[in-house]
Amino acid sequence: MALAADVPKDTFRLSMLIYDTRYRAITIQVFVLILFGLFIAWLLNNTAQNLAARGKEFNFGFLWQRAGYDIGQQLIPYTNDSTHFRALLVGLINTLVVAILGCILATVIGVFVGILRLSNNWLVSRIMTVYVEMFRNVPLLLWILLSYVILSETTPQPRDFRVTDEMAAAGEAPAASMILFDTVAVTNRGTNVPSPLFVRGLGTVDLGPVSLNLTFLAYVLVIGGSIWTWRRIKADATAKQESTGLRPTTWWKSLAVLVLPVSLLSVALGLHWEIPVLKGFNFAGGILVAHSFTALLIALSLYTAAFIAEIVRAGILAISRGQTEASYALGLRPGRTMNLVILPQALRVIIPPLISQYLNLTKNTSLGIAVSYLDLRGTLGGITLNQTGRELECMLLMMLIYLTISLLISSVMNFYNKSVQLKAR
Amino acid sequence: MSDTHAQTVTFVRDTMLPPIAPPSGDSGALKWLRENLFSTWLNTILTLVGLWVIYYLVASALPWWLNSVWNANSLSECRAIVAENAGPGATGACWAVVHQRWYQWIFGFYPPALWWRPVLTLGLLFAALAPVLFAGQKTKLRNILLGVLVYVLVTLWLAQAPAVPFLLAVALVVGLLALSQVLPGKLLWFTALFPALCFWLLWGGPIWTPISAILGFVIGALVFRALSGATGPAVAVGLGVVAAVLWWLFVAGPVMGAVGRMLPWGLTAVASDQFGGLLLSVIIGVTAITFSLPIGILLALGRQSDMLIVKTLCVGFIEFIRGVPLITLLFTASLLLQYFLPPGTNFDIILRVIILVTLFAAAYLAEVIRGGLAALPRGQYEAADALGLDYWRAQRLIILPQALKISIPSIVSTFIGLFKDTTLVAFVGLMDPLKGITQIVRADINWKGIYWEPYIFVGAIFFIICFSMSRYSMYLERKLKTDHR
Repeated sequence: MALAADVPKDTFRLSMLIYDTRYRAITIQVFVLILFGLFIAWLLNNTAQNLAARGKEFNFGFLWQRAGYDIGQQLIPYTNDSTHFRALLVGLINTLVVAILGCILATVIGVFVGILRLSNNWLVSRIMTVYVEMFRNVPLLLWILLSYVILSETTPQPRDFRVTDEMAAAGEAPAASMILFDTVAVTNRGTNVPSPLFVRGLGTVDLGPVSLNLTFLAYVLVIGGSIWTWRRIKADATAKQESTGLRPTTWWKSLAVLVLPVSLLSVALGLHWEIPVLKGFNFAGGILVAHSFTALLIALSLYTAAFIAEIVRAGILAISRGQTEASYALGLRPGRTMNLVILPQALRVIIPPLISQYLNLTKNTSLGIAVSYLDLRGTLGGITLNQTGRELECMLLMMLIYLTISLLISSVMNFYNKSVQLKAR
Repeated sequence: MSDTHAQTVTFVRDTMLPPIAPPSGDSGALKWLRENLFSTWLNTILTLVGLWVIYYLVASALPWWLNSVWNANSLSECRAIVAENAGPGATGACWAVVHQRWYQWIFGFYPPALWWRPVLTLGLLFAALAPVLFAGQKTKLRNILLGVLVYVLVTLWLAQAPAVPFLLAVALVVGLLALSQVLPGKLLWFTALFPALCFWLLWGGPIWTPISAILGFVIGALVFRALSGATGPAVAVGLGVVAAVLWWLFVAGPVMGAVGRMLPWGLTAVASDQFGGLLLSVIIGVTAITFSLPIGILLALGRQSDMLIVKTLCVGFIEFIRGVPLITLLFTASLLLQYFLPPGTNFDIILRVIILVTLFAAAYLAEVIRGGLAALPRGQYEAADALGLDYWRAQRLIILPQALKISIPSIVSTFIGLFKDTTLVAFVGLMDPLKGITQIVRADINWKGIYWEPYIFVGAIFFIICFSMSRYSMYLERKLKTDHR
């Protein structure tokens, strides 16, 4: 006990800040904080000096000036008289459209390929392996450039679709023809697809900066309602199955709930399709989808699908073989084994890496600049930046927006992930 | 035995029947076909679809490959040759473009007379990597260095290197070879010197620049060694760093300038805008890989740390970098760094890009390594504490070797991603092989309208490099696997 009494009491020496583990953590943190503060101050000081030297100031007023450039693909009304902020919004929407469509397509292809890679069909699994390895080991940029070049350099010119009187008389076919029952024309200028038109459209409501398309809103509401009702029907069926042991037949109810309201709405609004027609030197009517969009979408979804396929495969392989055997022992067929036993468990392994693939895809949409797709990077970080010369503001704003999108996606997906994870009790 | 039955049973077989061969449908190729391709009707459909896809691809691509043209001066000449050989309307690949312009895809606009420098650097890179990958294994080191020697002899002769550097390079490799057999441990000194040597070989300039950079480290080490006894290691490290920084900032310039005027030894300088093609990709890729791994490890440790401020800073950095596309960071390198640095600073665009790519990869690596750290059982940390190891010893001896081993596959796939992402430097005006050089070639009036061949060529190069990296990681994973599952 005498030893314990020898411990010096509260004799604090300066060297203890470094050599005493009780204080060292605090010393290091204070030191790091000071260094970090100095670093930030240094950056800010440099930035202020540089801005002053160039006669610039840091403000975002330029966003409300006239943009003065056109954007090919615009899902909200925009002209070159609109503001830079409006251009930013158009670009942001273009980014989101490619990202969302790309995520959906990539997931569908990826799950399909991942499952086929595990098939016991020798040939099919080899083909899928080749696909996955080919896309994973070559830069995404190559796939974007290649699909763009192929789309815009090998597709026919609009005039190749023309049937002249002489050709009709001689019974010759034109050099190129439309696909999908003569509704879609792929030319070197873009893809012409039919556009929906409404006889009794609901019009739009102007809400200051944004205008709301009521027809679109009606469709969203009706489809959302249908899906909600459908899920209720399924939940009811499951409840009944759990109480009585018999599952009521629901497929006709589901079909009716999913199909009827949308069809009724379409009839009520007088939906018809405007099919592109060759007029003069170009196609008129319908919507012209630029090749930059198509190429970006194709390349992004095929590339990401290869990664998703690997994730799905790894997730399925992670489920122990005993689960499959147990399921077979219960008399479930292979299809139901997959749906009811393997996939629900594999999903827990699959979702976290899937989230990061979605994030990657979203960030990779910025490569659209390679094919002049005017997304956020092309409008705000491209033309607006060059026209106004405000690199600092544009880049910071753009990073902030991308960061927000990333954080949003990851928080939404993490929330979903929490809901499928095993509840540990 | 059969005697007992001889009276009661009319016939007793006393030899084994020879086994009958399985039915013809249940053996050999037929069985394999039935089990692997036509087991169910769904499988049969899949097989047929697969066969159709293969047939379609082969039917459309094979004539194109077979009619390849290797010698021509323009695309129209190519087409004329194809039409002449295979008849009008036939398609044929025009590899003549690769034949004629391969050097641009490999070296960019690096002066042809100086090609031996990047070529030599690549050989020395393997010599520098060998002691890291195969520490102390004399035979493996010997084999690799012999390979490097042969490579250096052949390629330098092909690239027509001048006599003096040729002899010096060969002497260097032979010296390393001898060293590897006598003192294999000392070979790591070459690895440590290699970065300075590599940048001097590639960019040229007076030899005093890399020497002054190395001297900074030497001075720092000397200060540390002199003071560590008196002040304790922590303070000595700080003072060593300060001394090295003082040397680089204030002393190195005048001293080395004076020496350089007296002894103007050096290589022809090559400006950064002449770098391009695969050379550029490999420079950015290898440098970023080398530097991102230690930074990534530090960030991961910082994120796992108990110190709140350090942890917050690391999390903030990692999440920021991971949340924005690499392109925006590259644009930061080309447009914004001039705002953040003191007025008048203007350093090389390749260096700026390398720094940003390194930070980008480091953030991703940090997350991968954090996964490895989190996967270690808690007992390993406690065991390290129980042994009385301090933080850094515990990390170095117990935690990191296991955590890094777990995360090898993900680390290598991050590296593969990084190498593929080096093509994005095209967007800040550098000539990467994929967009920059291919665009230049396709803009040539002779090769206008060619698209499959250049992209296949570049794609094949990337595929070979990335695929071998992924195979190497699988090999490493198998080799390091010590659990018995």
